[in-house]
Amino acid sequence: MNFLSALEETHKKGDIPVFNIGDTVRVHVRVVEGDKERVQPYEGVVIARHGGGVRETFTVRKVSFGVGVERIFPLHSPIVKLIEIIRRGDVRQAKLYYLRSKKGKDAKIKEKGRDQQHKAS
Amino acid sequence: MNAERTGIIGKKLGMTQIFTEAGNVVPVTLIEAGPCSVIQIKTVERDGYDSVKVGFIETKKANKPMKGIFEKSGLKPTRVIREFPIDGLKVGDFVTVDRFAAGDVVKVAGVSKGKGFQGVMKRHNYAGGPGGHGSMFNRAPGSIGASSFPSRVWKNKGMPGHMGSERVTVRNLTIVGVRAEQNVLIVKGAVPGAKGDIVEIRKGF
Repeated sequence: MNFLSALEETHKKGDIPVFNIGDTVRVHVRVVEGDKERVQPYEGVVIARHGGGVRETFTVRKVSFGVGVERIFPLHSPIVKLIEIIRRGDVRQAKLYYLRSKKGKDAKIKEKGRDQQHKAS
Repeated sequence: MNAERTGIIGKKLGMTQIFTEAGNVVPVTLIEAGPCSVIQIKTVERDGYDSVKVGFIETKKANKPMKGIFEKSGLKPTRVIREFPIDGLKVGDFVTVDRFAAGDVVKVAGVSKGKGFQGVMKRHNYAGGPGGHGSMFNRAPGSIGASSFPSRVWKNKGMPGHMGSERVTVRNLTIVGVRAEQNVLIVKGAVPGAKGDIVEIRKGF
């Protein structure tokens, strides 16, 4: 029976950094153009993490030229080359969907202070 | 026709997803298949058709007639017995997942999950009624045989009743991987039945 979880384990990536909802991250995404392949960074705020195990995904939101862009990445997908944490955010919700209706200063997320560092797992 | 006729009995372990090199997600079902002991060979001359009787999951229990058959072949009794047309086997051989390779197209048969007594919307995809605006026609089947013609109910008219728990075959499934050490087949897509249910895997579409 445990072959199922064993197989899932082999498809997981071991080098995923600890990041939380509200963090600003830079995701290095592998893009294929024709027969060429390159890595494209995508930077934004993590507004949701969804699912568990190999199925876990995370949503990164950014505002590009005034247009909100959200991308959902499978956490263990091979197209996600690297996740860099730019900034730790201090938020109280697990899903930051309220950011979609906020603009400018309202859409800002507090940075996690040094005294709160112990809360970051 | 299929170049090689092969069948195996398996137990559904469950579903998960795996990633391809390109980063695509493939939904897969894991099936613990075999080893199945060959209990009896049926031939055209003797039985009128040819096939191989195979057993899966060894037990101690067997009723008297089956005990005779198992003792004759010198095999342990098995809980599940199925017949497949398989070439080149003799009594006492074992059918294992080695007969399958990644890329093979298979069909998988099993007993679907029971849904109990279901109405016509779930069972036959009827549209039902509007549900709102004072409508009193919600999930009912509607007219089943109009007044002047046909003035009766057609045969095979979809009606409420028991749904599921029937034999279902899913065709055209691709084998993504074979794990011989664990006797596991990794099949792309869904397979009938709940986890732990017995399924039959046959080569060919």
